[in-house]
Amino acid sequence: MDQALQHLVNGTVLGGTYALLGIGLTLIFGVMRVVNFTHGELYAFGAYMTYAFVSLLGVNFFAALALATLCGVALGAALELVLLRRMRKADIDSVMLVMIGASLVLQNGEMWAWGGVAKLVPNPFNGSPLVIGPVSVLPLRLFVLAVSAALLLGFWLMLDRTRAGVAMRATFQDPETAALMGVRIGWVNTATFAIGSGLAAAAGALLGPVFMVSPTMGDLVGLKAFAIVILGGLGSLPGATLGGFALGFVEEYAGGYLSTEYRDAFGFLLIILVLALKPQGLVPAKERIG
Amino acid sequence: MMNRRSLLLASLATPALSVSGFAADPIKIGMTQPLTGAVAASGNYVANGAKIATEVLNRAGGVLGRPLELILEDNKSNPREAVASVEKLVLRDRVPVLIGAWSSTFTLAIMPKLIEYKVPMVVETSSASRITTSGNPWVFRIAPTSEMEAVAFSALLSKFTPAMKKIDFLSVNNDFGRGAAEKFSAALAARGIAIGRTETMTPEATDLAAQLTALKQSDGDTVFVTTGVEQMTLALRQAVEQRLGKRIVTTGGSFPDQLLANPLPPGNDSFHILFYAPWFPERAPHPAIARTYTEEWNKKGWEFAGLTEGFRGYDAMLTVVEAIKLAGKPEAEAIREALWKVKIPGVNGDIAFAKEGPAGQESGQNRPNVSILRLSEGKTSLL
Repeated sequence: MDQALQHLVNGTVLGGTYALLGIGLTLIFGVMRVVNFTHGELYAFGAYMTYAFVSLLGVNFFAALALATLCGVALGAALELVLLRRMRKADIDSVMLVMIGASLVLQNGEMWAWGGVAKLVPNPFNGSPLVIGPVSVLPLRLFVLAVSAALLLGFWLMLDRTRAGVAMRATFQDPETAALMGVRIGWVNTATFAIGSGLAAAAGALLGPVFMVSPTMGDLVGLKAFAIVILGGLGSLPGATLGGFALGFVEEYAGGYLSTEYRDAFGFLLIILVLALKPQGLVPAKERIG
Repeated sequence: MMNRRSLLLASLATPALSVSGFAADPIKIGMTQPLTGAVAASGNYVANGAKIATEVLNRAGGVLGRPLELILEDNKSNPREAVASVEKLVLRDRVPVLIGAWSSTFTLAIMPKLIEYKVPMVVETSSASRITTSGNPWVFRIAPTSEMEAVAFSALLSKFTPAMKKIDFLSVNNDFGRGAAEKFSAALAARGIAIGRTETMTPEATDLAAQLTALKQSDGDTVFVTTGVEQMTLALRQAVEQRLGKRIVTTGGSFPDQLLANPLPPGNDSFHILFYAPWFPERAPHPAIARTYTEEWNKKGWEFAGLTEGFRGYDAMLTVVEAIKLAGKPEAEAIREALWKVKIPGVNGDIAFAKEGPAGQESGQNRPNVSILRLSEGKTSLL
């Protein structure tokens, strides 16, 4: 029973981080129909920015998280303006190739800038775990979970309650009609890509101190993020959240009770099962984007 | 009159005696290491060790009157890329000898190419037994096999208090990790220690909570962790989070150097099987060589704890250059023959090769030294 409770806590923490990874990717796909292959690299970029601010510039850890996220927003906006804006009429294959190229440039840029050796980001939390009965968790992990939840809620409210959110949803449903209604599609796309990139950078900024920061840290994360949004339903914000937690719990319990050797395989088995039964993912299409 | 061994020792211990300017073309030595990817930290440390050995040897006059040129290729922590890096080194750069490739998985992937191209390789890190028992006469390993490491470790069991009674394993899911779990199980079972469970992790895994929670359920008193230095660091940190509450011993010679500046909370000591402990060069089998290596490394301003793995590249370079000297020419077959005659002092100890594997196709295997380091709140001490 103690082991099951510990797996529950671990799965919740892991699922929260997966959900955070998924929402940025699904937002961009839902609004822009762009498969963002730079998502994993933006995650790594956020982690490196946190390392740079905290370890090299001596910035306060919490301020560094915010600054790293803003850097991710700025980089995302730059990518949209420089690469994607001129490809709005291009076919999806061309856009995917450009994004794969951008991903390779970003990863190699990180290697060039920081070297291949992983970095450890110091954080202000105590390294000893909080112990509640039979379970234990690091304060830093709880902080990551809380911030992830706040970001999920914040973006849900932004999409549901603000003019920018209405513009994004309108663009998602019918870009031509939205443009006729006065929505500036170009800026909606820039804002969407910047916000999605900021979320990826925020995930990296939060998780960099939990794990370690390396140029290839985005590879596995990018793969998991795609798995999460496919599981939840492409373009679905609640789907990405649900998919993140589902993947986190399956990996944790299957790894703990069945086989750690095939831990990742169980996650992908879940995706195959869900897609076989519900090809649109966990959340139906009508509920997508707000 | 000084013999060859003394001359080499003297040249390595006095790098200030430099020779500048060479008329002849350099002798190329190829090296493939994981400079990026999951085990990049270790690969960079080993590459750095080879770089400073090249500098030290060039200052001492190179070999055969020619300077040495180290050509370094990144195998990106990936066996396919490891093969590609060797293709490039042999076919484009025309190197007559190789050093590589850190992980057993990468080395095993490369080995058929050594036979195909007839180029010898000095294996500096990989520990899987079958590297030297599968019948590849182009392989010469200076690193210990997992079996050698386990046997050497089992002779030091009395240094642990309380004594080990039952052990578990957390191993990276590749030849290196699985091989270590198998060989340590056999060596320690022979000493009457009970063997518990083995949990594995993919080389890229960062969240090890499921594995550690599962290990916590075992009634073992010690967990042996085998993986690269980044994942080793994560395992030690997450073991604190999961309140593993067991002694942790890491194998393979890597050291989680980031835990020196960012120590674990008190009461979370760990033990590390090392082949060179740079904090104590005077305890090395050849202190003068160890001191030169350590001083040259520190002059570069590289991370101090990288010395624990960098010596592999340093010793591999000494081995290769001695073989070229004995061969009298930088040609692959001559170097392979000469490697059997190498007898030199290195940072880890004496380097010489014994035959392993099927008759007529033997590989060379060195017998290195092992020490155990204790890490406690960012401070190190030798057991």
